[in-house]
Amino acid sequence: MQAQIKDIHSCSHCGTDCKEEDIFKHEKHFCCAGCLTVFELLQHSDLCSYYDLNDLPGISPKGMYKGKYSFLKQKELAERFIEFSDGELVIVSFFLPDIHCSSCIWLLENLSRLNPAIIHSQVNFPKKTIRIHYKEKEAEVSQIADLLATLGYAPSINLGKNEGQKETNRKLIYKMAIAGFVFGNVMLLALPEYFEFDAYWLSTFAPFFRWMMLVLSLPVVFYSGWGYFTSAYKALRKGFVSIDVPLALGIVALFGQSVYEVLAGIGAGYFDSLAGLIFFLLLGKIFQQKTYESLSFERDYRSYFPLAVLRKTDGEEHYVAVNELLPGDTMYIKSDELIPADSILVSESVVLDNSFVTGESKPIERKQGDHIYAGGRVRGKMVELMVSKAVSQSYLTQLWNNQAFSADKSFHFRGITNRVSQYFTAFILLLSLVSAGVWYTIDPSRMLFVVSAILIVACPCALAMSAPFSLGNMLRIFGRHKLYLKNAEVIESMAQVNHVVFDKTGTITQSDSGKVYFEGNAFTKEEEGFLSALFRQSNHPLSKLVFEHLDRRPLGEISEYREVAGKGIEATVSGVELRAGSARFIGLEPQEGVQESRVYILWNDQYRGFFKVEGNYRFGLREVAGNLKKYAQLSVISGDNDSERSNLLKHMPGAVPLIFNQTPQQKLDYIEGLQNSGELVMMVGDGLNDAGALRQSDVGIAITENVSQFSPACEGILDAREFRKLPGFIRLSKKTMTIIKTSFAISFGYNIVGLSFAITGMLSPLVAAILMPISSITVVVFTTLATNWAAKKEWAKPDINHVEL
Amino acid sequence: MEVLFVLIIVSISMALVFLGAFIWSVRSGQYDDDYSPSVRMLFDNKKNPES
Repeated sequence: MQAQIKDIHSCSHCGTDCKEEDIFKHEKHFCCAGCLTVFELLQHSDLCSYYDLNDLPGISPKGMYKGKYSFLKQKELAERFIEFSDGELVIVSFFLPDIHCSSCIWLLENLSRLNPAIIHSQVNFPKKTIRIHYKEKEAEVSQIADLLATLGYAPSINLGKNEGQKETNRKLIYKMAIAGFVFGNVMLLALPEYFEFDAYWLSTFAPFFRWMMLVLSLPVVFYSGWGYFTSAYKALRKGFVSIDVPLALGIVALFGQSVYEVLAGIGAGYFDSLAGLIFFLLLGKIFQQKTYESLSFERDYRSYFPLAVLRKTDGEEHYVAVNELLPGDTMYIKSDELIPADSILVSESVVLDNSFVTGESKPIERKQGDHIYAGGRVRGKMVELMVSKAVSQSYLTQLWNNQAFSADKSFHFRGITNRVSQYFTAFILLLSLVSAGVWYTIDPSRMLFVVSAILIVACPCALAMSAPFSLGNMLRIFGRHKLYLKNAEVIESMAQVNHVVFDKTGTITQSDSGKVYFEGNAFTKEEEGFLSALFRQSNHPLSKLVFEHLDRRPLGEISEYREVAGKGIEATVSGVELRAGSARFIGLEPQEGVQESRVYILWNDQYRGFFKVEGNYRFGLREVAGNLKKYAQLSVISGDNDSERSNLLKHMPGAVPLIFNQTPQQKLDYIEGLQNSGELVMMVGDGLNDAGALRQSDVGIAITENVSQFSPACEGILDAREFRKLPGFIRLSKKTMTIIKTSFAISFGYNIVGLSFAITGMLSPLVAAILMPISSITVVVFTTLATNWAAKKEWAKPDINHVEL
Repeated sequence: MEVLFVLIIVSISMALVFLGAFIWSVRSGQYDDDYSPSVRMLFDNKKNPES
């Protein structure tokens, strides 16, 4: 049986195996007509450099048909993509999730050769967006979208906001630029004062230099550093002492003391330390703010729903925005499209893929008059439906009305820095008071100087930079290992997680893989072709797996195909009667104690054997679960029925709660229940049916086979191939926290040195100017090296993650 | 030595020009995409057959 001769070529355009079809033309193989069309289009326009820049860069334009974007002919619908229009020139922008290499950039920036109406097109690679300038009189938005989709770059067009027009926030960069500029110049001006100079210099130049520094420092305090005052004020009003409180206090002390010294003509002040402090702090902020621009962590159901549907009113068919659908409307939904609103089926029957809503992996059939929930995907031909509830009132969309979606999650979480800063601030204030008291008895005239010196030197610059640099660097390391986090604070939450909840379908199971063996009388190549033709007809996950396993082009004429839900399939292929399914379906007694799924084959009423399909759980699930168990409780929650219970238990370490038949709302409630009993919950899920639970949990991780595909709102997106690294990510998060704490100790060390100068009244601007940068740089170097080293230790072991299934 | 006043003013003005240039470059979006330009410059400029 294992002796297979592969006669399968891979597509010259997109590189996938030509399994279902194999078109041989221009001395090349193509897997579908779409790929061939793209190739011919490019060849015709002399754009074949596309294939030279990268190996097999193409994307199969699957699911594209002419007129798919004709709803964009309506002005109201097209408007959201238009950035600019003056009657002659139009600028449109789209989000193209399929952009992935330099070939893509090359082709998309040469669109003008394919459609002369296009003047210019420019790709933004990190954001995966394109801006196209075209002549209004010669083209339409719908044509541009059609062209992009024909090439395989289907624009993402949905009910959510247009992701082609994301703005970046550049304010922080301006702030840092100005702080950096001032820091450099003030250092230059401050330097002469650190050397002994004669009276001539002091009387001629010193006032000028000092005033220059004072003027220069104004934009730093009142623009670059202003955020620290507002944020400290906000924190105090909410009744807690954030790290920004001692920072703001330090800035005030530095600036106040320096201005006083210049005005009174007694010294040069600490302007260089002040500018340096703010510059370093902003640098840390920018470093921590690494964002994955092409990913979105804020999506709700609107990103999944189509923008427009075909509606029939008064016998005429029009595209209308989904939001405008009213109960009683009649709409048409094509194959592979999502049903946007709860409705009643008018057509005779429909096959629905409800995995989105329920997590149930098997497609289900509905009959005329049945009630259909929004979120199901239509398989097969176009269907007619009557809307029974508006989009926002539908069963699935109701989930987003839960308060979990309106609550600001980041609010109740206070990072480790802010927790430490409370004690730190209290200590510094106490120390200032005591020193003030002591100095009052020794030399009252110096009391104020000592207090301000303490506040200056205690300004927790290094403390404030420990977390941003450790977390920011770890965020990047996680990104390299394909876990993309929404922001760096998520790592802190991950370190504290003590309960991990898994969704089943699509999360710990893989829809498209599983080990398949055949036991029985082996088939010939031709016979396998017949079987392939049979299994190709069915959408059942097992059929799909067996079809994949056969790896053969379908042969023969198929007739009398019939599928008995939950039992099996049968058909006549070129005169051979084939039956495949459960033991009972082909007339055998089911055996006791069979764990795996079996597909029995009956060939012309003769039993031939069975395909054994071993649970399609993710490779390494047992190991992942076992390792996670060391850190956290586990549970599995699923929308599926409990037929897999015993099989699933084999993959779990000991007794793990397995909860089946859960609605999206029940999943959310389950998480909330755990949280109410004091647990910090990480939810690992995939589809929309987990959206509520992901949102409710403290750390929601969406798992996806293709990162550029949509995933529900979450804190992190994990590439499914890196599933085995999940315990590693948690372990590293914990290590990051240890690194931050060590770094705190280092910065306290510097603080003690500085404070000893301050309390004894010996703090000179020079000491401050040396101590502040040195402590900051030590912390940056230490945290960066330590996090890199920890990550290397975790994943330097031979890479076990790319074992084929 | 009084020339120092002039020199300092000149040097800070020049630094201000560079700061302005940096802010202008950020505003105009040059830092938004740090990948595509690096690839774009390597593409051959094969002219349109018609032109």
